Amino acid sequence: MTTLEADRLATTIGIKPSRRRGVPRRRPGRAGLTGYLFVSGYTLFLIAFGIVPTGYAIYLAFTNDRGQFTGLGQFIKVVQDYRFAPAFFNIFVYLVMWLVLVIVVTVVVAVILRARMRPGLAAAFRFVYYIPGALAGVASVLVWLFMLDPAVSPASGLLRAMGLESFAAVLAPANLPVILVLIAFWTGAGGWIVVMYGALNNIPDEVLEAARMDGAGPWKAAWHIQIPMIRKWIVYMAILAFAAGTQLFVEPQLLQTASLGRVSSTWSPNQLAYVYAFQYGDFNGAAAISLFLLALGLIVAAILVSRSGLFKVDDE
Amino acid sequence: MSPKPLNNTKKGKTMKSPRLRLSHRRTASGALALITIGALAALSGCASTDQSASDTAATFSPVAQDNTSEITVWADSTRLPAVQAYQKLNPDVKMNIVTYDGSADGSTYLQTKVQLFDRTGSGWPDVVFGSPTDVTWASQPTTAGSVPFAAPLDEGLVDQSTLDNFAKGSLTPCEFDGHTYCLRNDIAQVVLWYNKALMDQWGYQVPTTWEEYEALGVKVGQEHPGYLVGAVGDTNSQESYFWSSQCPAQQLQDDGTLRVALQDTNCTRMASLLDNLIAAKSVTTQGFFSQGFDGSKVLMANGPSWYGQYLFNSAFNTPAGQIAAANPLKWDGESDAYTGNVGGGVWMVSSHSKNLAASTALTKWLTTSDANLQSAPTYPAYTPGATTWLANPANSSYFADDISGPFETAANQVWTGWSNTKFSDATAWSSVVLPAITAGKTLTETLPAWQSAIVNEAQSVGYTVTTK
Repeated sequence: MTTLEADRLATTIGIKPSRRRGVPRRRPGRAGLTGYLFVSGYTLFLIAFGIVPTGYAIYLAFTNDRGQFTGLGQFIKVVQDYRFAPAFFNIFVYLVMWLVLVIVVTVVVAVILRARMRPGLAAAFRFVYYIPGALAGVASVLVWLFMLDPAVSPASGLLRAMGLESFAAVLAPANLPVILVLIAFWTGAGGWIVVMYGALNNIPDEVLEAARMDGAGPWKAAWHIQIPMIRKWIVYMAILAFAAGTQLFVEPQLLQTASLGRVSSTWSPNQLAYVYAFQYGDFNGAAAISLFLLALGLIVAAILVSRSGLFKVDDE
Repeated sequence: MSPKPLNNTKKGKTMKSPRLRLSHRRTASGALALITIGALAALSGCASTDQSASDTAATFSPVAQDNTSEITVWADSTRLPAVQAYQKLNPDVKMNIVTYDGSADGSTYLQTKVQLFDRTGSGWPDVVFGSPTDVTWASQPTTAGSVPFAAPLDEGLVDQSTLDNFAKGSLTPCEFDGHTYCLRNDIAQVVLWYNKALMDQWGYQVPTTWEEYEALGVKVGQEHPGYLVGAVGDTNSQESYFWSSQCPAQQLQDDGTLRVALQDTNCTRMASLLDNLIAAKSVTTQGFFSQGFDGSKVLMANGPSWYGQYLFNSAFNTPAGQIAAANPLKWDGESDAYTGNVGGGVWMVSSHSKNLAASTALTKWLTTSDANLQSAPTYPAYTPGATTWLANPANSSYFADDISGPFETAANQVWTGWSNTKFSDATAWSSVVLPAITAGKTLTETLPAWQSAIVNEAQSVGYTVTTK
């Protein structure tokens, strides 16, 4: 909340702005301690379930099951696996479609909700968009299994109109990225629409008012003011959506089972890692695959962060 | 009124003497990358990345036994009633019965779980129903130093005389390094199923050769459009057709290599036969077991012995007295008929069981007792049990004809060249061939892709493959 906004809020609820100045200044030392307290819970979990497992994966990826150092051997081994390239290609196609869709659509929907709708109606829509997100990954896949089977789907007419006469035809390899993007978008977009809406709310009305007075229509205002001003949120969304996308597992795994094996059990890199770990008992190879995903996520995040100045703190 | 100027000034600030900084950074990171790559390259190949495996077969030594302890039984839903029946007959035996997928359709659930139990050192079920594929890994240690999951049943648990009574070759998938690691539940020999009522009505002769089958299929496509003589869209259709055709899709050689040769005429003849019938629309690329399949249009089905009860009676609800079975088809010019095998589960006892006595007793009851086998849902592998099964009117009254002849004939004609491998033959067929034929490709043009999928899979689990 900016100073301007805070002042306005204070005026509207009847507190004189001068009283705010009477608030004692924060003492750096105490604030630091409270800060540590607040982050301690998260830090503990981060160490236990984030950092330690990552370290263990790095250890595993450079050793074999006898604990001997193997250098890059595990990485070379998994790259040479005939399923490695297809899995990464699948996830690449999926990510391109998913990122474009989630970024464009959530921002557009949020802008429309913010600018073109009465607040009550906008809230109702936000709620509706968010509902599918309440379903866990597994449940949402099950919903879509029904939606996509022409024999039982309420939208079977539409599927048949597209020439998809059977569940097997729907699950053709070329359709899989589209299906998985649909599932991911349906469950994930609602949350991001709410976040983007909140980001748009942070733009002071004065700015938009000034734009209107200068003759900017709603679309111009959105393109030249609102979207540039929430750019950091969009980058943040891109990083998280990318990381989540590369880790795709539950959806293709369930489709694999439900399709009785028509969908490959190593469609995504995470599934390949799963096969390595739990079918072959090769946790070292699985760790090597997971490090590829980690490196990919870090590189993309680093590019996005450095290009967008995401963590640059504005000088007050 | 746009924030652009602000951005520009910001950029201006960070871009001071960009060239100098950039070149510095580039040199530094380049050097670092080179050093890293060099170091890692030097270090790579220090130790083998192969999974360690103990070459010497560990001798089986049971854990401390407690004949009153609870046994955990994992069974598929089809075998569940039999296990429950045993519990009812033996209320003193403490049993924890768990239902799981039974390794159907190439599932690796059991293998996944056992891997984890081997790591944690506890949690193994005592008795499991699984597929023959499961025995290939269950008879070997999953990791260095671990005990193979399956207990060698011939070492004091099951009498040799009992083992000898199983149908010829039916225990082959259980045998490794001279030991028997499982008892076969059922055999699923492929016979030719047909709707006798329709065949009689239309005046068709039941084919005895594949050539007659093909000719009749083309005729059905013309005279009775919509009716089917087969389906290839199930996860096990390759076993009904290509196994029966003696196609060397996965043939273990004497030297331990695996022969994968789908361009062999034994494979191409079946592929072109099916392609012709698919074109004639009397063989569907859908699966018999796919959602909403209209079973009333099935005139013939080359498939396993369990099609009778499972497909026609349960799934299709075909009225009793219509369905009959015929002997496996043979090819013109060949003296003997051979057939395929679709499934046929096995029971394994865990080598980690604290109650081997109760576990073995259950396994024996399930696979060899008349009490269980006379009403078993599938054709028993235990020969005396199979005789009892065939004698039970409940198992044959549904059919239009006596099925014992074709069943017994087919049981002895299963081609042994389709080996039980460490990977399931369902995976490549389902994930490569079925999507291709669903998309309208012919089987003949899909054979190379199927071949490379099998080769890749075989090599990934350690086979040396020959494609000649």
